[in-house]
Amino acid sequence: MNKKTYLNFLILASMAIILALIPVIVRRDYILSIFINIFLFAYLSQSWNLLGGYTGYLSLGHTVFFGIGAYTSSLLFFHFGLTPWIGMLIGAVLSGLMGLFVGFLSFRYQLRGIFFAMITLAFGVIYRVIFTNSMSLGGAQGILIPLQKPSFWIYQFEGKFGYYYIGLAMLVVILIITIFLEHSKFGYNLLALKGNENAAEALGINTRRSKLGATVLSTFLTAFAGTYYAQYLSYISPETVFNLNLSIEIVLVSIVGGMGTIFGPTLGAFLLTPFSELTRSLLGDKAMGLHVVLYGIILIIFCLVLPNGIIPSIRLSKRSRSMKDA
Amino acid sequence: MAIGLTIIYGVLKVVNFAHGEFLMLAMFAAFFGYRLLGIDPYFLAFLTLPLFFLLGIVIQKFLIQPTLEKGEEHIQILLTMGLAWVLQNIVLFLCGPDYRTLQLPYTDTTLKLANVYLSVPKIIACSGAALFTLFIHLLFKKTRFGKAIRAAAQEPWGAYLVGINVKRIYYISFAMGIICVAIAGFLIIPFFYTAPMVGAQFTLIAFVVVVLGGLGSFTGAFVCGFLVGIVEALGGALLPGSYQELIVFSFFVLVLLFKPSGIFANR
Repeated sequence: MNKKTYLNFLILASMAIILALIPVIVRRDYILSIFINIFLFAYLSQSWNLLGGYTGYLSLGHTVFFGIGAYTSSLLFFHFGLTPWIGMLIGAVLSGLMGLFVGFLSFRYQLRGIFFAMITLAFGVIYRVIFTNSMSLGGAQGILIPLQKPSFWIYQFEGKFGYYYIGLAMLVVILIITIFLEHSKFGYNLLALKGNENAAEALGINTRRSKLGATVLSTFLTAFAGTYYAQYLSYISPETVFNLNLSIEIVLVSIVGGMGTIFGPTLGAFLLTPFSELTRSLLGDKAMGLHVVLYGIILIIFCLVLPNGIIPSIRLSKRSRSMKDA
Repeated sequence: MAIGLTIIYGVLKVVNFAHGEFLMLAMFAAFFGYRLLGIDPYFLAFLTLPLFFLLGIVIQKFLIQPTLEKGEEHIQILLTMGLAWVLQNIVLFLCGPDYRTLQLPYTDTTLKLANVYLSVPKIIACSGAALFTLFIHLLFKKTRFGKAIRAAAQEPWGAYLVGINVKRIYYISFAMGIICVAIAGFLIIPFFYTAPMVGAQFTLIAFVVVVLGGLGSFTGAFVCGFLVGIVEALGGALLPGSYQELIVFSFFVLVLLFKPSGIFANR
């Protein structure tokens, strides 16, 4: 471990402590639900970032894996009463396998750039269609998860506290994974192939295996968020979990914060989610659609002004300043 | 048959996720043009084309061009997505989420050919699309201007060096793309409903068609437009629910894997 790793852990620890204290001070459910949304998006974007941010392979179909997680645990609980904790693990394994499948196909046939984005997008649509049309999977109406006496064992809680701390814990875990990844040989391999795939290959990096590893890791982790979402809302439907806009929002959050950085996606979620909640509550009932217009405008402005995201831009300006000094 | 509209993708190098939204705009323009002013959609198409051309140039100049210079694909995807959201929701805000259909005097007229009844507006849409494809094809292959566009598309630096104003070519190409999609909107409005969210489904199908046809090939796009239309119609007739989408997209995945340059690629 070097100095930088310690610094990252220090940031993470202080962030975790502050966030852990918030529910003690603020007890309003509305505020907590905003934080839960932030955690969900931060977690999703962090896991997307492991693939998209570190390898540069832009997936527009991460809802596939989110949905697999949500559906696996919910169906197992609905039909067999299996606790979502175990269902979550099964879902993650299935999702990882699906990731392996998609990744294997795409990398076997050397899809890059826009073609990889397209194929993930296509898988997103295919999954939505399948789940909308199969009655045995709940059909278009989705699944209503049966509510029982709240307990930890069945992943149901009274009020928001339980979900708040689980969301926070998930976020912390994925940040730890990201920190370790960034300073591991595997992480360096990914960054190398993002920079120039042929050069990385020439240096002896097995790029296909590295990309597959990143895909499986990312998709495996994404599924946990699906279960979390399903248990929190206790309702899932193909329209909500396989939604194309959700896929894009995951990408957007990472880009705003900074792709391929440790804290970028989390930062993005902390900025964007409250913004979208706020505008929705202010404008949502009076002027339909206007809050999405604002969101879209922000997206456009970011693409034009800060295409690299916040964190890399800060780093760049620092570097150029220190170069001027020297 | 309305999928002939996707010819235009050949012109654009940028993957435009807001494409369907322009279709939606055109359909709304046609709808209100007829309802409020009583102007026939086919006639209105000619009136508003300069407007769409202008819109295309403005968007290309202020939004797309700056990202082209930075040269990152994902930024263009996100930018056009953002544009799609903005356009969708402005219309949603102004007009509400309702589905609207336009009843024209000739909506239900049919033509009897041998034993088959064909709807007149659909015939017009189909032949309109074919004519327009031919027009674009000739424009690109036979005129000096078309040559310049092809040069700029193939090798921007080289084109720039021999004195072609590449930026202007980009503006015009993008605006032409918008015009193509607007025309498609006017052509299908007599028999297709419109709603603020209608664009998205067309954008997706359009992508399928364009990739199948080979990015940048007009004939490919046109032929595959028909192909996808037929596959969809057959799938809709043979399979329950919305499974036809499944077939189209599975086909799409296979083509992406085995022949990402498209079925009709020239290379």
